[in-house]
Amino acid sequence: MSTHTPVETYNDKVVRQFAVVTVIWGIIGMAVGVLIAAQLYWPDLFNGISWLSYGRLRPLHTNAVIFAFGGNAVFAASYYAVQRTSHVPLFLPKLAAFTFWGWQAAIVAAVLTLPLGITSGKEYAELEWPIDILIALVWVAYGVVFFGTVIKRRVKHIYVANWFFGAYIIAIALLHIFNSLAIPAGMWKSYPVYAGAVDAMVQWWYGHNAVGFFLTVNFLGMMYYFVPKQVGRPIYSYRLSIVHFWALIAVYMWAGPHHLQYTALPDWAQSLGMVFSLVLLAPSWGGAINGVMTLSGAWHKLRTDPVLKFMIVALSFYMIATFEGPMMSIKTVNSLSHYTDWTVGHVHAGALGWVAMISIGALYALFPRLYGTAGMYSTKWIDVHFWVHTIGVLLYAAAMWIAGVMQGLMWRASNADGTLTYTFAESVSATYPYYLIRMLGGVLVVAGMLLMAVNVWKTRQMNPNAELAPVPVPAPAHA
Amino acid sequence: MSSAWSIFVIILTVLMIVGCTWLLWSTSRPIKGEGETTGHVWDGDIREYNKPLPRWWLFLFYATIIYAIGYLAYYPGLGNFAGLSGWTSAKEHDAQRDEAEARLAPLFARFENMPIEQIARDPDGLRLGRSVFGNYCAMCHGSDARGAIGFPNLTDSDWLWGGTPDDILATVLDGREGLMPPLAAALGSDLAVSEVAVYAQSLSGRKVDPAMAAAGKRRYDTLCIACHGADGTGNQALGAPNLTDDIWVYGGSLDAIRKAINEGRHGQMPAHRDIIGPVRARLVAAWVWAQSQPEGTAATP
Repeated sequence: MSTHTPVETYNDKVVRQFAVVTVIWGIIGMAVGVLIAAQLYWPDLFNGISWLSYGRLRPLHTNAVIFAFGGNAVFAASYYAVQRTSHVPLFLPKLAAFTFWGWQAAIVAAVLTLPLGITSGKEYAELEWPIDILIALVWVAYGVVFFGTVIKRRVKHIYVANWFFGAYIIAIALLHIFNSLAIPAGMWKSYPVYAGAVDAMVQWWYGHNAVGFFLTVNFLGMMYYFVPKQVGRPIYSYRLSIVHFWALIAVYMWAGPHHLQYTALPDWAQSLGMVFSLVLLAPSWGGAINGVMTLSGAWHKLRTDPVLKFMIVALSFYMIATFEGPMMSIKTVNSLSHYTDWTVGHVHAGALGWVAMISIGALYALFPRLYGTAGMYSTKWIDVHFWVHTIGVLLYAAAMWIAGVMQGLMWRASNADGTLTYTFAESVSATYPYYLIRMLGGVLVVAGMLLMAVNVWKTRQMNPNAELAPVPVPAPAHA
Repeated sequence: MSSAWSIFVIILTVLMIVGCTWLLWSTSRPIKGEGETTGHVWDGDIREYNKPLPRWWLFLFYATIIYAIGYLAYYPGLGNFAGLSGWTSAKEHDAQRDEAEARLAPLFARFENMPIEQIARDPDGLRLGRSVFGNYCAMCHGSDARGAIGFPNLTDSDWLWGGTPDDILATVLDGREGLMPPLAAALGSDLAVSEVAVYAQSLSGRKVDPAMAAAGKRRYDTLCIACHGADGTGNQALGAPNLTDDIWVYGGSLDAIRKAINEGRHGQMPAHRDIIGPVRARLVAAWVWAQSQPEGTAATP
């Protein structure tokens, strides 16, 4: 153990690696998103090239933004925060390095296999079984490093951010393993052990909890470290964090069936999915309240600090998306919204509004600390990024909300003779203008990410020796 | 669901609801030292206040729990307990369907026994027929009924299974299954397949290599003649296409024809008797028949 070395330092190398690849994979994943958005507007864009077809690239986009951009961001944030809030370096640094290279290997495998059409066909879990096994190994290693660090902490209390990171690691292990249970039929093909409605239910138990734990709980952990750090004020309410933590992780597990309203899933399961989705509203908002109210008494900082703007607007989008989600799970609303682009708009309000903005904010707070600089190269550029990104998300979400409601109304419109008023193709045709607006929103988001990459590169150049000067671990304030 | 699973579901659900309520109840009491920090410090400056739960948030949480209890009492949700309302999605579907059927019955009643030719001259009948076509047929045959590769054009005078009103009605009600067997093995060689394909092209007056066509005709006369006929005009009793009119369901290129000969074709028109019922079938048959008639014969749709 390193406790006997003269000066104990934080292991920031792996944090730096994860932070840098987050920006790179973010650009790639979002650019692929723009590409498939363009294909919806120009369906013949890559006509005939199978590996550039929408069906192959769409899972690449979702995997890249969720697991590459989001995953790497949380690896960076959790490794950084768990060391600082435990006042110890990472447990087993070599295993931490394995989580970095193993995770990148899984992402590269996804980038190669998905365009080749190698897929298990399960949404957000498309990767075939050899890659699934690699992911499981990396995940177990992640758990050992994280919980090992928590266990050897020098402070009595475990900080709230670490509860969220810990719940995320345990829940994702559970979800990934059970959803991916499959019988291999060759190196790159497998069939799930579940069948029929059970398969659908397992898929959406996984799918919705991927949203709950891979896009919510972990980013709440990120929020709980970086918001009070950036604001310089205490977290609003310890008690609220306890209540909403336990309620959130318990209730999320029940919400999956709302993806299967009005399907072959039994009525009782559909009802439970809807009811607990509604119960989920308050626990979700609890986290947002705790983040936003941490700013009370320091609202003026929003005028000058674009990093805080990212974080607070992220929390606002989190509140919007977690209000919208329970509403959409109500059967009556769902009968209008399901299968439309409203769902796509909802997901992106969460993914681009909440997940991306809290991550971008945290990264802008993180890079100067990782590179030993006083701040980012350009604060002005962060502000530009903030506005470009925000406008991009609003264009995207508004276009998809309008398109989705329009599609839902067109699909259900009927003539006096009982027949449908519109054919499906007519609803597609009516959606074209919104697809164009959505694509423009995506272009703005990618443009902002490119500006961020330049800003990070320039910050890195401000202190060429950054990586040689590790940060010593300070003693805890008191035990 | 067996009663053991049902009990399992009920227990878990009740535990969740009771657990959430207990969590709120036990943490919403007043806090000593309210407004102060908990005293914990991490990373130099991270602290936390211990403010009470916001009242409006607490009430929101309680309200959703009360709603959940009410919903699960009224609707199915707690395992095998059917709910006080007796509601099921299947019952709701059937009730909506029955209501629609009752409402629409008078509209369709007068077409029940009307001859198809007469429906085709009735503007209301044609309008209804076109609506049915748009809902059930357009996804394959196109909203203009001109078809696509593999799906016949219904507006020309070329019919695979016959174009009289009764033929069309039979097609709609009971479907059709057209089978062209794969003949690669029977023909024996790639060249032989090409020869027959070239001959098939020659039948509709295309300019082709006469030697190839002549060789193809000899093979045609042994293998293809049974269905497509000596003169290549096909056989509507079998759904064998007319090869002399330059209309091709699967495309008339040499490659498309070779593929048909090599691998065969299997065209399927699904039966719609149980899907749309006899009256709507008559209406849609009338509209389709009208599309294939020379202009002026039928009323405009």
